Amino acid sequence: MVEPLLKVSGLEAWYGESHILHGIDFEIGRGELVTLLGRNGAGKTTTLRSIMGIVGKRKGSVTFEGRETVGQPSNQIARRGIAYCPEERGIFSSLNVEENLLLPPIVKPGGMTLAEIYKLFPNLEERKRSQGTKLSGGEQQMLAIGRILRTGASLLLFDEPTEGLAPVIVQRIGDIIRTLKERGFTILLVEQNFHFAATVADRHYVVENGRVIDTVDKASVEQSLGKLQAYLGV
Amino acid sequence: MFDFLGIPPQALFGQMLLGLINGAFYAMLSLGLAVIFGMLNVINFAHGAQYMMGAFAAWLLLGILDIPFWASLVIAPILVGLFGIVLERLLLKRLYHLDHLYGFLLTFGLSLVIEGLFRWQWGSSGAPYPSPIPGGYNLGFMFLPTYRGFVVVAALVICLVTWYAIERTKLGAYLRAATENPTLVNAFGINVPRLITITYGAGVALAALAGVLAAPIQQVSALMGTNLVLVVFAVVVIGGMGSIMGSIVTGFGLGLVEGMTKVFYPPASNTVIFVVMAIVLLIKPAGLFGQTK
Amino acid sequence: MKPGQIALVVALAAALVAPFVAYPVFLMTALCFALFAGAFNLLLGYAGLMSFGHAMFFGMAAYFFGHVVKAWGLPPELGLLAGVLGAAALGLVTGALAIRRQGIYFAMITLAFAQMVYFLCVQMPFTHGEDGLQGIDRRALLGGLIPITDDRHLYYVVLAIFLFGYFCIYRFIHSPFGQVLKAIRDNEPRAVSLGYEADRYKLLAFVLSAALSGLAGATKAMVLQFATLTDVSASQSGEVVLMALVGGLGTITGPIVGAFIIITMQNYLASFGEFVLVIQGAIFVVIVMAFRKGLVGEIADWWKSRRKAG
Repeated sequence: MVEPLLKVSGLEAWYGESHILHGIDFEIGRGELVTLLGRNGAGKTTTLRSIMGIVGKRKGSVTFEGRETVGQPSNQIARRGIAYCPEERGIFSSLNVEENLLLPPIVKPGGMTLAEIYKLFPNLEERKRSQGTKLSGGEQQMLAIGRILRTGASLLLFDEPTEGLAPVIVQRIGDIIRTLKERGFTILLVEQNFHFAATVADRHYVVENGRVIDTVDKASVEQSLGKLQAYLGV
Repeated sequence: MFDFLGIPPQALFGQMLLGLINGAFYAMLSLGLAVIFGMLNVINFAHGAQYMMGAFAAWLLLGILDIPFWASLVIAPILVGLFGIVLERLLLKRLYHLDHLYGFLLTFGLSLVIEGLFRWQWGSSGAPYPSPIPGGYNLGFMFLPTYRGFVVVAALVICLVTWYAIERTKLGAYLRAATENPTLVNAFGINVPRLITITYGAGVALAALAGVLAAPIQQVSALMGTNLVLVVFAVVVIGGMGSIMGSIVTGFGLGLVEGMTKVFYPPASNTVIFVVMAIVLLIKPAGLFGQTK
Repeated sequence: MKPGQIALVVALAAALVAPFVAYPVFLMTALCFALFAGAFNLLLGYAGLMSFGHAMFFGMAAYFFGHVVKAWGLPPELGLLAGVLGAAALGLVTGALAIRRQGIYFAMITLAFAQMVYFLCVQMPFTHGEDGLQGIDRRALLGGLIPITDDRHLYYVVLAIFLFGYFCIYRFIHSPFGQVLKAIRDNEPRAVSLGYEADRYKLLAFVLSAALSGLAGATKAMVLQFATLTDVSASQSGEVVLMALVGGLGTITGPIVGAFIIITMQNYLASFGEFVLVIQGAIFVVIVMAFRKGLVGEIADWWKSRRKAG
């Protein structure tokens, strides 16, 4: 079997005293698009943050391209080729749009060029001199996504990119994510919006109480619909 | 020559120049404090001591190794900046997760140690540093000592270069971003702990550079930074630490205000900056260029 | 009796016999600084406000005391009153401005105001500039009822003042007012949402702390018979922070312990001259790096963990 690009096993994480993840296991193959589904507070965001190494304390194993990352500081994990787009978007108000886009350093060859990114997000080019946080919510999300495409990272972590956005923009982001997958990026997506997730993902992992409790493949989504709705409480 | 409100022009312009010179030091020091505070969340109380170290370094380099002023202008800030880097790596680094007050207390303690050691070794009376460009120009309305004119211009250039480095370069973008959200910047693959160390070293070097510039004007003494840093704190409160340009403008502006007070009501010249601080706190508590969070 | 009460009784008994064992002037100085540190700590420990300019209250009160007693020839109790009221008034003005900012800015603002007061003291005629007020008479208290020329007599007066001051601090902390203050310190937005006017509470705490610092400063002037620029200087402000820090920020007894340690240390190190500064600075560094809870705080922690284990 081909080795997965990212393999997470027995991952535990803490914020201060509180134990959030109790043993997360899942994997992603190169070029796949996988989602983590689950209710609020299940531990999805913490899983992404643990992969990036920005939680208080973590245990277990996260291997990327076969090499362990637990124990490395987060700036080194990023340099291995993982890029993170946080839920709160993290647009810097003291930087303009273009400075925001150019901020993450190039860690590997093969990333998109600035011109390609502007082609994907024409709005950003029009407003490249604006203060980052002056953009609309949707544009800020585009900026947060666009920003991590330049770096050459092969694995992209998206935390709820559709949260709080109008349906037409959600659709646009869906298109973009599909485009990125076609372009060869491997994507780990955290979503609450299952209908959105179902349209783009190869596989879904269901997270509850800091554990992965179920796996649903794209092929079996139809049959598992009832089960998934029960998990998500919708 | 004309008189202005009964003040002879010689006195007026002379005090304006002195005010600008003081303002140049306020600007350079408050700039460093603001940059350090942005990245480290520490008010660097040792800033005055590090300014003094810069002046002393130049004085010692000249006295012992016969190294001229112009070389000291580069060497002294590097030496003192390296000293700052050691402090950051050894001590300050361990306090970032705590309340800001601990960094303040630590650097206060460090300034006592540094100033105490210099006083113990060299006393507190001070030593003169010869002016590297003696002489001056008679401008008609006033006499301008060349070196003093140079200090004002040099300080302005230093401030603008710092502004440019922070607001217009890649490294500056890292710095601004890390000031806002260090965790995320770190997660982008930028070594933020190293950036913090460099920032502290650079801020300290800036204080030392100001100290070197001050050496030929003031007596080089262990206490030269103590009172200055207290005034600079008031400057920082007045300007607010949110804006680089704001620090520069506030620094020069307050120097001028102080100089003018010396002309029109000398007894208040020591306290005028504090009065301005009180007024600013009443009208705009966040400071002239500060943002209320 | 509980261990705490036993300790209190033992401490009081020790305080009563102390002037027969130790040098009374040393004890009185230490008590004045203990009260000063306690007043500083009241503000930091219970209101979360670190003032770095408390010497302005201590030092100005010393000047007020000296002026009232020496220049006006009034009895010392009026001097003490002038010191307390003067410090409280100064506290009201500087406090009202300083509480407009929080955290580290508050520390810088108080520091700056104290520096302003220092510069004013250098210039104002009644402080006598660099000379200060020297040789303030020790006139009898209460219309001649209590003579204080003898150090041991004065000691009991100072002890009484100290106990009164500390009693005020204790009562304040345990009053409903003190509880509200703690709630503001821990979560200001929440306290505000519950309808408390945070700024008024902070200001009152500031004024009380200033008044008690003034009491300490005026008493010090009565004991040592002088008031000088040192009393209003930034290094004095730093010293009181050090005392509270050594003893334990936010503990009731910590500042007392810290004051006695620092005053003792200064007595022993006086011969080192400039080097005292270095040692004080080094103590700051060591405590901030390794013993942030201070002596009393660390002992209390050790005691708790021992009891848990045992």
